[in-house]
Formats: sequence, C-alpha cells, structure tokens
Amino acid sequence: MSILVNKDTKVICQGITGQAGAFHTQGCKDYGTQMVGGVTPGKGGETISSLPVFDSVSEAVSETGANATMIFVPAAFTADAILESIDAGIKVIAAITEGVPVMDMIRVHELAKEHGVHLIGPNCPGLITAEECKIGIMPGYIHQKGKVGIMSRSGTLTYEAVWQTTNMGLGQTTCVGLGGDPIVGTSFIDLLTLFESDSETEAILMIGEIGGTAEEEAADYAKTHVSKPLAAFIAGQTAPPGKRMGHAGAIISGGKGTASEKVTALESAGIVVAESPADIGDAVQKAIIGHQGA
Amino acid sequence: MCVGCCFSQHDFLHRAGVNTCTIHLAFPGKPHHIIMKIHEYQAKQILSESGVAVLKNQLATTPEEAADAFEKLEGDIAVVKAQIHAGGRGKGTLIEKPDQHGVQLVRSAKEARLVAENILGNKLVTIQTGPSGQTVRKVLVEQGCRIARELYLGIVLDRAKKQPVLMLSSEGGVEIEKVAAENPELIHKEHFDPHFGLQSFQVRKLCAKVGITGTSVRSADRFMRTLCKTYVQHDCSLVEINPLVITEEGDLVALDAKINFDDNALFRHPQIIEMRDKAEEDPSEVRAGDVGLSYVKLDGNIGCLVNGAGLAMSTMDIIKLHGGEPANFLDVGGGANTQQVTEAFQIILSDSNVKAILVNIFGGIARCTTIAQAIIESSKEVGFTVPLVVRLEGTEVEEGRKMLAESDITIISAESLTDAAKKVVAAAG
Repeated sequence: MSILVNKDTKVICQGITGQAGAFHTQGCKDYGTQMVGGVTPGKGGETISSLPVFDSVSEAVSETGANATMIFVPAAFTADAILESIDAGIKVIAAITEGVPVMDMIRVHELAKEHGVHLIGPNCPGLITAEECKIGIMPGYIHQKGKVGIMSRSGTLTYEAVWQTTNMGLGQTTCVGLGGDPIVGTSFIDLLTLFESDSETEAILMIGEIGGTAEEEAADYAKTHVSKPLAAFIAGQTAPPGKRMGHAGAIISGGKGTASEKVTALESAGIVVAESPADIGDAVQKAIIGHQGA
Repeated sequence: MCVGCCFSQHDFLHRAGVNTCTIHLAFPGKPHHIIMKIHEYQAKQILSESGVAVLKNQLATTPEEAADAFEKLEGDIAVVKAQIHAGGRGKGTLIEKPDQHGVQLVRSAKEARLVAENILGNKLVTIQTGPSGQTVRKVLVEQGCRIARELYLGIVLDRAKKQPVLMLSSEGGVEIEKVAAENPELIHKEHFDPHFGLQSFQVRKLCAKVGITGTSVRSADRFMRTLCKTYVQHDCSLVEINPLVITEEGDLVALDAKINFDDNALFRHPQIIEMRDKAEEDPSEVRAGDVGLSYVKLDGNIGCLVNGAGLAMSTMDIIKLHGGEPANFLDVGGGANTQQVTEAFQIILSDSNVKAILVNIFGGIARCTTIAQAIIESSKEVGFTVPLVVRLEGTEVEEGRKMLAESDITIISAESLTDAAKKVVAAAG
C-alpha cells in the first residue's frame, strides 16, 4: 500500500519554470511519477518537459486533477506557495526549499493541520514510494520496493540508509524527508501513525539528529501506539553545543536536544539504535529479527 | 537545499553573475550562509527603537570616548561594559590583568577612561570565550540605576509547541540553564501567538508568580508585550534579558540584552545584516559562509568534506567511533562545484591541526564524476599536504572512482563508510 503517495498520485510543480523546478520535474517524470503540470504565476500557457504551466494552483488542479505538489519556490515566497496549495485543496505538499523563515512556518503549519494537509518539509529532499512515485530530489535508482518505511530529518544521510536497506534486500515502502528546519510540517509521530496502519510496511526506520525533541516524543508515542519493529540512527553525537550544524534545526541549545538524550529515549522504548551510520541497515534487520523472536 | 545555487550544472550561470538564490535576489552578491550575532549595544539599540526600556548608554572605542560618554550620561555612576559576542563578561577577566572584570562600575569620567584603557585592546576570558579569550574593541558606557530587584526574562521558540514562549524567573543574573536543570518550577512560561502577541492577562499571571505588584505591573505590561512584538517583527530566535531589573522607582528596564536571529529571515532585515561584526567571527566560518558552505571548526585533526548536513554530522560521528577526532563540520551542499570544493579544501587546510582529510560524498543529483573532477582540479590549485581519503557513493560512482584512480593525485580510496573512517584515522596517525 505505502503511505501518502503512490502510482496514481497526480503531481504538479510550483516553481516549474525555475532551474531547479524544471530539472527535478523531469527527474520525477523519468522515475515514473505522474507529473501533470506546473505553476508559475505569470507564465501560464508555457510548456516545460511537455507539461502545461498554469498561473495558479487552483487552475492547475481543475485542469489536471492534481492532488499533490512539489514546491521549488524561493524561500521568501514559499509560505505563500504552500498557502495557495492548501487553499486549492491539495492534500500532499512537498516543500523542498531551504531558508524559509521560522515565523512563516509557524503560521503555515497551523493552517496545514487545520485543513488536514500533509505538509512535508520545508528544507527537505521530498518523499518517495519506491518504484511508484517520487516527489523530490532523491536519486530514484537507490530505492527498491520492499518492506521498510523510512522517515528522516536528513537528505544524503537518508540515501545512505536507503542504499543499505536496498543492498540487504529489505527495500522500502515509502521514504519521507521531514526536513532540517526547527519547524516542519510533518512529524515523526504523524508518520509512525501512517506506517503503523500501512499493510506493506513491516518495519520502520527513523533517522534523526541533534536539536529539538522530536525523536524523544516519537519514542514515547511508539511505546503505546506502534507494534511494528523500529530502528533508528541519530546523527550528531560529536556535535558541540550551541552551534548550528548546517540544518537550521540541528542545534543543541540550553543543554537540550543532544544525540545521547535521544538515543537513551529511543532505546528505552525498545527501538534498536545503530551506533554507527554504517550499521543502519543492520539495525533494521536486528529490529525485525528481534521482533520475530518476541 | 538551496533551490538556486545547489544546481551544479548551472554554475556557469553563477560565474556569469546570474544568481538565483533568495538572498541573491534580494541582495546581489550577498552570501547565503550567515550566522548572525550582534553586540549588547546593538541589541539595546533595537530594543530602544522598539519602545522597550533600556538605560541611557553610549558606545566608546577609545578611553577618551569613554570619559566623554560618562560626562554625557550626567550621572554619579556609570557602568563600563566590554562588548564581545560572548556572555559571562561580568565575571570574566582580562588575560593581561586578571583583577579586571569585563563589566565595571565607575564614579567619574577619569575612572571611566582608566577602566576603558584597561579593557580596550585586551583579551577578555569568560566562561563562553574559551581560555584564549576574545579581544575587546568596544565598550558600552551605561548610566547606573538603583536596582530593587533582578529577574530573568527570555523569549525563544518552543519547537515542541511550535510557538514562541516567554520565560520569566525570579532567579535573575545567574545561569538560567542551572535553574532550568535544578529548579524548573522557578521558570514561568507563557506561550503566545506571533500574530496576536502576548496578552495582558498573561503578563498579570506572570507578575503574580514572581511577586511583581502595584505600578510595576503596568511597566511589566508595556515591557513584556512590546518585547514580544519586537521578537516577532525582527524574526528573532532568542531574546534574553538577564538581568531584567526593577528599579527602586518600580520600572522594568533591560540591564543586559542578547538577541539572536532566525538566519533564514535575514533577507527581509537588511538593517540587521548591517550590524554584522565579522571581526568577532571565526575567519574560516566567515570565509565558508561567503561561498555558501556550512563550516564549524572543531578541535580534532581529521578534516571532513561532505555533502549534506546529516551525513556530515554522521561522518564526524563515525570518525570518533573509530578513535579519531574530527577537525571540522563541513557541508558542501548539493552543488559541490570545483570552486566550492577548492574553497572547502583551502578552509580545511588553513587549520594547522589537520593531519588527514576525509571526503565523503553520496552523489544523488550531484554526480560522483562531477565531484571527482572537482577534487582533481582543486588539488592542482590547493596542493594537498596531508593524506586524502575519498569515499564516493551514488550516481556514476564507478566512473568517479576510476577518474580518481587514474589521476595524478595520491588518494586513499575507500568503499564503505567504515572503511573510510578506519583509513582516515590511520592516516592521521
């Protein structure tokens, strides 16, 4: 089954006429995603990658039946682009853009929740249901249809994890990049709920990092709401406090958000935590075996 | 990822001056990785302009200016405060003159001159600067006031609740983290909607909890609600008033102020970007930011060059796991063109501690061939003086590895993450 998106999902790209938008629209199309059009206000009528460009999301939706969007709009205008899609009735939004102001996200995230919209990102690689639908910038070929649901705050680190699980023959159902910012549209908990009720997902992998308490909250939630085997890896054991490690959300502040705290919380919930990023696939395997034994 | 500059295939556009990043759209030529910090005097400027009560003050960069400032403030007492991008200045001491603190009370223009003379141009060591301290280039001369009480006030983003929160504690002037750890019940919190702002009833709740009464409640209402508006309007990530003082007259005033900003929002605050003091920043971190790299200097001897923040942190982690010490965090981002890779190597090698470098790239959109090409070209310009371990994975990995093997440069090739970590730790000796 997978979660959120599949081969029937119809996807538009907001910002399709920009360099990144055009390039990645083609990339998703090449993967097999049903890309049905794009939106750049003022450029309606143009064609990119044989796809129609519209002036507005609502026009794109009524002409193409699109139900998902991939946003490549610059950070200053990303909140507006998200709000426009929510307004047009789109239920899955992948905001790839990095650099969206936190105050913008506070407002946008509330509205998305109110409207039952799955907002992925911002500052994320997107999401992919293996061999069915790719909405984002991840390399498609490393994925393989299989049994692991992956949720991650990272980009390239996620690809490592995907590659390891593919090489071990486990494969993936859906992989979701939550994004590296302090406020993102979808949480680990939101995805745990979806993966738990997905018949195809047999195990769940969480890739976290320093900063905030999302992993701890997820661990707590998993104790009472998740029956499937769970594995995790937390990046940033060696990160110094007070310094932003690339991602806006990857910062230990006021002593909170350290990797070791997260590992402790996850292990106390019975989640198998990989010590090394090279052993993420092994952790998933271990979780599956351990679960079978239980 | 930056939707503009990550697109490495189009870096010829960038070289031609076509920039598509948000920051570049708004401010052509500006870097897009600024980690902004400001001085106390600038924070107080912002507060003052916003209508939040601060004491009268004047900046001084010479002992004469300090004496002059004392005269202008027209009081019997003033405080001379070292201005550096670090806290703990009051308790901190000057390396050259360990009996001199970073914040001192003065009772005359002459004394102000003397204290400024002691402080300016010298290194101040505080709990936050590290043992080598930081050179003080400016001092703030501020009028004295009759302090009845000191509290702590902070505004931060509560990530779990996804709202800003105002925290107030009667334990002012001390380490708030210690209070948070040992006596969390002494920290009172009120969350507020950025649009709506902090409400008066919330101010009254807080006043009741810390025993602010009478006319001070009115002063608190004005102070706290205006401060919350300022936090939102300036896209702050942190506003800290420690201590928040209640004067003997019953007024709330900010005795110290620290303001951090949401770096993502700087594009809409050009006047804040103007406040940047590069002299206070680590030169390597400034240099990296200027070319769009994320770089954090650490203490170890193994340099790292990675694409992606999560992978970069993991690379540091795995080095440590195998007995090594990372010298830096460096995220070269999705672009990783020759210019950025060259700059990255130069920044890493400018750290004399570095004894080996690990390049760990998982090519997604960025192809391994592009990275290999960038490494080969930059090696010609940089000239590696330490062993280089390269681990490539992802798109066109076989071709990329082949290119490196056939090149002139000496590279220790690694296949897996573990292999790479072990090899670079061994190479660093």
